[in-house]
Amino acid sequence: MTFEMILAGFGGQGVMLMGQLLAYAGMTEGKHVSWLPSYGPEMRGGTANCTVVVSDRPVGSPLITRPGIVVAMNLPSMDKFEDSIKPGGLLVYNSSLITRSPKRTDIEVVAVPANEIANELGNDRIANMVALGALLGKKPMVEMQSILTALRHALPPHRHHLLPLNEQALDRGRKLVG
Amino acid sequence: MAKVFERPKALADVVTHYCPGCTHGIIHRLVAEAIDELGIVDRTVGVAPVGCAVLAYDYFECDMQEAAHGRAPAVCTGIKRVRPDLIVFSYQGDGDLASIGTAEIVHAAARGENITVIFVNNGIYGMTGGQMAPTTLVGHKTTTSPYGRDAKVQGHPVRISEMLATLEGPAYIERVSVHTPQLVNRAKQAIKRAFANQVEGKGFSLVEVLSTCPTNWGMTPVEALQRVANEMVPYYPLGVFKDIDAEGEDK
Amino acid sequence: MGERILMKGNEAIGEAAIRAGCRHFFGYPITPQNELPEYMARRLPEIGGAMVQAESEIAAINMVYGAAGAGVRVMTSSSSPGISLKQEGLSYIAGAELPCVVVNMVRGGPGLGGIQPAQGDYWQATRGGGHGDYRLIVLAPATIQEMVDTVQDAFDLADKYRNPVMILGDGMLGQMMEPVEFREQTVSSLAEKEWATTGLRNHPGRRNVINSLYLQPDKLEEHNQHLQRKYAEIAANEVRYEEVDVEDADLVVAAYGTTARIVRSAMEEARREGLRVGLIRPITLWPFPVEPFARAAERAHAFLSVEMSAGQMVEDVRLAVNGKKPVYFYGRTGGMVPTPEGVLAKFREILEGKHNG
Ligand SMILES: Cc1ncc(C[n+]2csc(CCOP(=O)(O)OP(=O)(O)O)c2C)c(N)n1
Ligand code: SF4
Ligand SMILES: [Mg+2]
Repeated sequence: MTFEMILAGFGGQGVMLMGQLLAYAGMTEGKHVSWLPSYGPEMRGGTANCTVVVSDRPVGSPLITRPGIVVAMNLPSMDKFEDSIKPGGLLVYNSSLITRSPKRTDIEVVAVPANEIANELGNDRIANMVALGALLGKKPMVEMQSILTALRHALPPHRHHLLPLNEQALDRGRKLVG
Repeated sequence: MAKVFERPKALADVVTHYCPGCTHGIIHRLVAEAIDELGIVDRTVGVAPVGCAVLAYDYFECDMQEAAHGRAPAVCTGIKRVRPDLIVFSYQGDGDLASIGTAEIVHAAARGENITVIFVNNGIYGMTGGQMAPTTLVGHKTTTSPYGRDAKVQGHPVRISEMLATLEGPAYIERVSVHTPQLVNRAKQAIKRAFANQVEGKGFSLVEVLSTCPTNWGMTPVEALQRVANEMVPYYPLGVFKDIDAEGEDK
Repeated sequence: MGERILMKGNEAIGEAAIRAGCRHFFGYPITPQNELPEYMARRLPEIGGAMVQAESEIAAINMVYGAAGAGVRVMTSSSSPGISLKQEGLSYIAGAELPCVVVNMVRGGPGLGGIQPAQGDYWQATRGGGHGDYRLIVLAPATIQEMVDTVQDAFDLADKYRNPVMILGDGMLGQMMEPVEFREQTVSSLAEKEWATTGLRNHPGRRNVINSLYLQPDKLEEHNQHLQRKYAEIAANEVRYEEVDVEDADLVVAAYGTTARIVRSAMEEARREGLRVGLIRPITLWPFPVEPFARAAERAHAFLSVEMSAGQMVEDVRLAVNGKKPVYFYGRTGGMVPTPEGVLAKFREILEGKHNG
């Protein structure tokens, strides 16, 4: 199986981290992975996105123009990437910030009130983890345990007290779809 | 009086790409006001740098040329020498003017080219994401001085205005700042003077403006203004370093 | 075996260089390669080395000249506009026969261009780039793992032939993350750098001079002949390339770096459609792998060069195919990256054109 996805949001929503966690988790499971960020001044205040491939075969093009999966954390990201999704693909979108519904009818669509759930858990900044949980609930491309290992690796030791909270967020996201 | 907040005509009516709280925007406005007040917009040509101000060619409503990184003073020289009737200015950051373009600025100044240079010193490479600039203060952390600038390893910050003032060529060199409204007024006067000098054929004029980079300094806009006052001004004192009009009077 | 870690291309190059014995790095910021000097600024002081941020790329390459002449392993990196500024220094380094490694994470040009990935510096890299008759050894990895392995190779080649080596990547390779493993390094037995300016006390009775000036034409010609013999030796011994499904291919594609990966994605789809497409991926761009193309020209029907340029490597492919078969070109420029779909459409166009005609 090959999962090709674009994760997008505004700078600060943690989409780059989301992508790195998926890539890292895939790597620890012996899968082939790549992570490609958007770069340059467009990141300043604007939207940021990364392209992630998780596969059981060597990754060909790290740049994906027709992703199977898009996670959109804000409206500009959904506007930009909705049309690019392959027919039959998946769109996970942050319905806390995106008020319009997706236009596509030939794809699967999952609305995740990521910021609302994150706020309920007491920290707005883990909305990305809620969305990631929902994505993995729909497409279990890596084990949740591997994501937690990746998180432990990504967070500096003085942030490790946040691990349980992140786990809760992932869990809430997953339960939402499962 | 109500005019204070009006957009100068020489400034394009577009949204700039500068980060919130970045003082590049204020400095653009002052340059545009000077051009307006001297009534020279139809014979002015600006030269944009490589740096955060690279898109300045979209922001000033006069003819513009985009130069290679650091070469703006040479490009200005080319324009001014073949069309002396034009008013020619460059707008350059500290990486552009004080690092890669040091040779060009020193020799344009030494030749006393009749041009105007606006030098925006924010002590960092903004455009490329926060590397050390020649003007980065000792102790400041940047992505290429991750342990803080150490004078023994990375040397001392360069004071361009003082250095250029030792040359015979320049007519006028002043360092200003824009971290308080009073200082913005002072900066405005200096920039206008630097253009007026060129109109009057007095020769090379440079205004160094201390500026902020909240994004790469990792600060709020207010904290950034405080850093200019508390850390930059002590090392980069404000004032006039060269003025051929005043020479002879107080010497 | 080392463990697999997830690393950005730019940082992986830095770590690989350190493991290859490089302790000195001279650079100047430019997107999209900043993470490399930044990595060196963090890591080198920890191990007794230094990253010096030069005042310009011109200064950086001349710092490399000095350091290489003093006998150490040294590296610099930049992206297209900065590499243009390094050309004078590279010509002197090649003339003085100094070993060093230069990384170019290519972006769209010409001029200030853009900051997105491109391959428009192929001619500059493979033709010398500065003035005079000289060559750089040019290596073009396609994955982060290959990039890491290439760095060791680059330093070894530089030392072996006393020649500058360029690693030609692109913005994508510099910015992307992939798993890498830093393999145990075999210490290659390279000759002592007896020619280096290490001070008379280290080589009593013999003054070492690093120089590229030969005022007498006959002496300069002799020097050039020596360089040309060296380049011929490199061309004979150091060609590196990869072949994929070339044996039965009707269409043989030439592509290097990330473009080759995009071509491979397109090839998988092509094979599913029954189109027989193969790939020759040059890893050394100079010396160019002439021989596999010449061999393939005996049986394939057509060739296609896919590049992120307006058509540069295609000229080397044409020279290698030598008129035996048609050579087509497909490219994108300015930071636009070819898509597997676009490449596949070109395959169909060429192969169907052949069937009709
Ligand atoms: C020859 C060359 N080298 C490097 C660069 C990359 N570069 C773009 S802007 C810049 C420095 C910007 O810093 P500064 O001049 O201080 O302007 P600021 O962004 O801080 O306003 C650099 C190094 C380039 N475009 N060309
Ligand atoms: S990066 Fe710094 S200098 Fe550039 S626009 Fe943002 S705040 Fe201003
Ligand atoms: Mg600056």
